[in-house]
Amino acid sequence: MSLKPLLQKIPRWMLLYYVLIGAWAGTTAMHIPDGYLSPVTCIIMFVLALPFWIRGVQMLREKMSARNIPIVALFAAFSFVVMMFNVPLPGGTTGHAVGGALAAIILGPEIATIAISIALVIQAFFFGDGGILAIGANSFNMAIVLPYVAYAIYQVFSKNEALNSKRRIVGAAVGGWAGLTIASFFAAVEFGIQPLLWHTADGTPLYAPYPMSVSIPAMVIPHALIASVVEAVVTALVVAYLMRANQPALEMVKKAQIATETNSFAKWRAFWVGLAALIVITPIGLLAPGTAWGEWGAQELTRLGLSFIPKGVNQLSGLWSAPMRGYNVPALGNANAGYILSAIVGVLITTGVVWLLSMLITSGKKTSPEISTNK
Amino acid sequence: MSQPTQPSRPKSRSGFIERSLVDINNTLEQSIFAEKIARQKGLLQALDPRLKLISMVMLLFAVSLSRQLSIIAVLYFWALILAAASAIPLGFFIKRVWVFIPFFTGVVALPALFITPGPVLINLPFGMVITHTGAVTALFLLLRVGTSVSFAVLFVLSTPWNSVLKALGVLRVPDVIVLVLGMTYRYIHLLLHTANDMFLSRKSRILRRMSGAEERRLTAATAGTLLGKSLQLSSEVHLAMESRGYRGYPRTMDRFQMQWFDWAAALVVIIVTAAAIWMGR
Repeated sequence: MSLKPLLQKIPRWMLLYYVLIGAWAGTTAMHIPDGYLSPVTCIIMFVLALPFWIRGVQMLREKMSARNIPIVALFAAFSFVVMMFNVPLPGGTTGHAVGGALAAIILGPEIATIAISIALVIQAFFFGDGGILAIGANSFNMAIVLPYVAYAIYQVFSKNEALNSKRRIVGAAVGGWAGLTIASFFAAVEFGIQPLLWHTADGTPLYAPYPMSVSIPAMVIPHALIASVVEAVVTALVVAYLMRANQPALEMVKKAQIATETNSFAKWRAFWVGLAALIVITPIGLLAPGTAWGEWGAQELTRLGLSFIPKGVNQLSGLWSAPMRGYNVPALGNANAGYILSAIVGVLITTGVVWLLSMLITSGKKTSPEISTNK
Repeated sequence: MSQPTQPSRPKSRSGFIERSLVDINNTLEQSIFAEKIARQKGLLQALDPRLKLISMVMLLFAVSLSRQLSIIAVLYFWALILAAASAIPLGFFIKRVWVFIPFFTGVVALPALFITPGPVLINLPFGMVITHTGAVTALFLLLRVGTSVSFAVLFVLSTPWNSVLKALGVLRVPDVIVLVLGMTYRYIHLLLHTANDMFLSRKSRILRRMSGAEERRLTAATAGTLLGKSLQLSSEVHLAMESRGYRGYPRTMDRFQMQWFDWAAALVVIIVTAAAIWMGR
């Protein structure tokens, strides 16, 4: 093959570097530990993931039968176990799947989000595999981006296809591959914004140190070549196996939809369009608070002795950063008070949001649990 | 693709069943050992699980917010003292935390030593340099991850799983989620056992080395069968739940009560967290 001369042109240390990163990414499948992301990023990712969790809980409560509660538990356990299956890859390496694509194909993406998130929570607590503050970020990448992307692609391939159609296997493979690869891109962006926004006065990064120019290729390339391939292979092989041995499993989402939504199919479609739009918008959402917080970082530099703030950065500060500025500007004399205050406010806001939303969920539920679940 | 001409291939592939078995057994042992420690008498075991959960999150924030290496180091030593006071063998605790960290963090922290621009700390052969900035960055990553994992492990080791679930209710996690989480934990045990048995039975019938394609087929068939078993089991569990009166709304019987001891501990945690955030700013 003509790969060899090409490989020889790349500097050795660069190759070694990417192989090392690839080995890490392939074995952990991007469980971000605590300490890699700043607390602010963790909170933002948590808030971004929250609507999907709520949607999943709603689906669990209303749209599906009570039958699905043990199924979700078992699927979370299943994906947890699947994450420990080392699959031999061509070339002698191994990797493991997340199981997110498979969960989305069988349970539907909303409930797959819940199942994978739960598997991630258990991993974070019991194995330190993925951080606890980073649960929002990890869930966003692996339990939201991955299943929704994988499911959308699988739907394109399998729409109106027979249950034993080969197209379903191809769709499962492509969905699994694209889902995990795109998820790794999101993780790379989360890593990449860290050194931009959080560093000490002399430029020492406080959290993940690599800028996006390094983090994106370092995360996405090995994932596209290793971990995503594993996800694709596992998803496709299990779907192929289910076609032979357990076809009803492939219809579960569809059946549940027909059973509960016979007369509101149009509403269902609108929901999909909305979700697709949300997924597209999300990177922008990530960048928008990024600018706001960059402005905050600039003020920090002033506090630490730098005598100017870039004008553009200052003008960009929008509504979002306004309350934080209120805390920070008067505190310029006593920078630390502002810093701590904004941290506390951040924590309080998140806690408040979580509490309020969960109150909303639980109060809405008590009215009709029997009716909705006894179908 | 699978030409057996390269000598290294069969060797590196032969162990995949064993590797999966070892992973599964380790997981089992870790979670069982955790429950054993949680049932012993100790400082952390005596505290209210709700308090422990909230304290852990607060301390994680303190570790995460700190801009001083020394403050993170002090928090780590505090975690060690807490472990010692809670009948957790120190060797086991340190190993449990730091054995995994090289895999998750070490590899990523390593290049930071070389590629982060800054004043030179050490000159290495081949023109490579370790910068001062790079060393500090790598240390930050390692210490932060190590200390965060330590606090999480402390919580898990000192709290029975059932209490963890009840404590989650306090944080207003919807009870359907708590229910699913509780069932997931049990089914992980069950599925791990089943997977273990399936691998063992296959292993006991293997006479020769399998090709890569065969191994992939076997892994997928095992995963697929496991999934089929899961689905079958879940419908049985649902029937069992309904026959015992489940109507789609889980209920728990236990209540936690905060003692003076818990309030004192809460005060200590608040002071430590505030001090750590203040001094590590």
